[in-house]
Amino acid sequence: MFFRMLRGAFFRQKGKMLMIAFTIMLGASLATAMLNVMFDVGDKVNQELKAYGANITVKPKNSSIIEEMYDIDESDVKSAHLKEDELGNIKTIFWAFNIVDYTPFIDTRVRIGEDEAKLVGTWFNHHMELATGETLDTGIANLRTWWDLTEGNWLDEQKQGSENEAMVGKLLAEKENLRIGSTITVSTDNGSRQLRVIGIYDAGGDEDDYIYTTLPAAQQLADCSGLISSIEVSALTTPDNELSRKAAKNGPESLSVTDYETWYCTAYVSSICYQIQEVITNSVAAPVRQVAESEGAIMDKTQLLMILITIFSLIGSALGISNLVTASVMERSNEIGLMKAIGAKDSSVLGVVLTEIMLTAVVGGVAGYFAGYGFAQIIGQSVFGSEIEMKLMVVPIVAVLITAVTLAGSLPAIRMLLRLRPAEVLHGR
Amino acid sequence: MSLLEIKGVSKIYGSLKALDNVSLTVDTGEWVAIMGPSGSGKSTMMNIIGCMDKASLGEVLLDDVDISKVSSKKLTEIRRDKIGLIFQQFHLVNYLTAVENVMLAQYYHSMPDEKEALEALERVGLADRAKHLPSQLSGGEQQRVCIARALINHPEIILADEPTGNLDEANENIVLDLFRQLHNEGTTLIVVTHDPEVAEVAQRTIILDHGKLVKEVMNENFNSQNAAANNSGSQENGISDSGSKKSAETTEENPEAKKEKAEDNGRKADAMKARGKTRKGSKSKK
Repeated sequence: MFFRMLRGAFFRQKGKMLMIAFTIMLGASLATAMLNVMFDVGDKVNQELKAYGANITVKPKNSSIIEEMYDIDESDVKSAHLKEDELGNIKTIFWAFNIVDYTPFIDTRVRIGEDEAKLVGTWFNHHMELATGETLDTGIANLRTWWDLTEGNWLDEQKQGSENEAMVGKLLAEKENLRIGSTITVSTDNGSRQLRVIGIYDAGGDEDDYIYTTLPAAQQLADCSGLISSIEVSALTTPDNELSRKAAKNGPESLSVTDYETWYCTAYVSSICYQIQEVITNSVAAPVRQVAESEGAIMDKTQLLMILITIFSLIGSALGISNLVTASVMERSNEIGLMKAIGAKDSSVLGVVLTEIMLTAVVGGVAGYFAGYGFAQIIGQSVFGSEIEMKLMVVPIVAVLITAVTLAGSLPAIRMLLRLRPAEVLHGR
Repeated sequence: MSLLEIKGVSKIYGSLKALDNVSLTVDTGEWVAIMGPSGSGKSTMMNIIGCMDKASLGEVLLDDVDISKVSSKKLTEIRRDKIGLIFQQFHLVNYLTAVENVMLAQYYHSMPDEKEALEALERVGLADRAKHLPSQLSGGEQQRVCIARALINHPEIILADEPTGNLDEANENIVLDLFRQLHNEGTTLIVVTHDPEVAEVAQRTIILDHGKLVKEVMNENFNSQNAAANNSGSQENGISDSGSKKSAETTEENPEAKKEKAEDNGRKADAMKARGKTRKGSKSKK
């Protein structure tokens, strides 16, 4: 009989039930969309922030200490270097997948005729065959996306003869009267080299006075074969929290075993730095605080915004459900009064009404989940220009939220139902 | 043997006395009509007897249980086990078919039995309308479904509030015929009505005014009317054991009439007890 009543209620009161299901669907779709975006927004925002450059710098330990102590430029620290052949190790750390780009640097002072300038050797579009079988194309072209190429092109190090090419900053080009195709002779105590200018860039900073060339060319001029002076790493990170701040302040040794494991297995910028240090000999990896903190702040605010939208949409949904269910109970007061008059206990009537509502919630919730996933894709495409990944953990969260919202929304109706006296509705007393 | 005993019952809403010190006894198997103008306290009395409301003052003994003192939960149980309710507005669940509406009462009483529900509908002449929704039935048919629902659990007392108030004359006759059948089977009937013609077919009529019991009238010719009704018009209404409504002469209650009523009710009480035992043996409680 219970199922006959449910069947009757569903199939013969389709309109009402569809209305309630539609309201629940709206709430569920917004919650699903917002939660999916919220869980994916970290990666998306991180990707966006990669445009602002690396968020981790790796330097030789000695250089780092001297820099900190005396606040001097790293180029003055000649003796400290990292090994070029360890660069591939960065893609073997626990969070290797989160390392998006990285590039090594070696710099030296060079003479151009009577003048002096800083020459930097780096990767431009370096192709790597990793030990894991993966390949990686990385370099400064990915880490200096804000450089404005005023003339020419990026240096293509895959091309034959690229070790004799260079890119020069706008100010240096003006000072030395350089154009695309010009040849500059750069010399150090270790020898000289002729470099053909193939690109002139506007970096909007000190780099406008630099010459950028390939790593082997710079190593030859600096007499540092197989050595590098620093690495810039761009990694996807999780915003800092109490645990990561504690680890960064007191060192990971200060953490308990459980906290250490949590910290190590979370993509905090500090744990990624720690893991890089483990694979690059004699190195100190440090976050670029401004970038890391901006990322954290933007992500925290974006996530807070998403949570607030989710909460408000669920409150709206609860109010809608509350109104509809209360109206439905009021409309059915005669029927409920009759059930009580012929001997139904409050719990029996509640059972029928709540089962109806919860089944409606299931229908609305499932429809809402898929609609919400669609909304998430619209948001992903229009805001980030890419797909929002479907997070499985959203399913139980939405299920719990919809159950809670439906029950909360049904509370006024349940109260009314329990107070309803058959004599009042059947005889108007 | 009295099934219902009301002793000095009052129902007070603020300063209004809907019932004012009413006392009344209804014997097992008796057919009582309650009449009175609007606001006289008829529905209040029905609500109190039907365990849907409690008296403010006084005692209401139903089958020797004082229902004015029991909890709401207990009242629900008594209502479920002992009382069958018939309403002027029918109050059928609009998304359940006729047979499902009858089964609903079984569901809350013990367990639903479609066969038995169909038999109840057959008894009120609606076997062929069992799968129809209330919206597909006429007013008279809906009231008969309501009667079948009230009967299905074999209650000790049937309370009908203006059962013919929304019916035309033909349907009114059908309903009254059904009441005669129930009476003949020993069911106690209490019918609240505005209609003197409906009241006249009862054994006894109670008249309320401003919450007070002002008059009690016995129908001296009840037995002969009943017999005449049973002999005529049963096929006419499509019900297996029916009669037609007759005008009734009523007089003030006298000792001879009381004696005759008591004997008649005694016979019906025995019949009803036997029927109740059979049912309890065949059904398990929920």
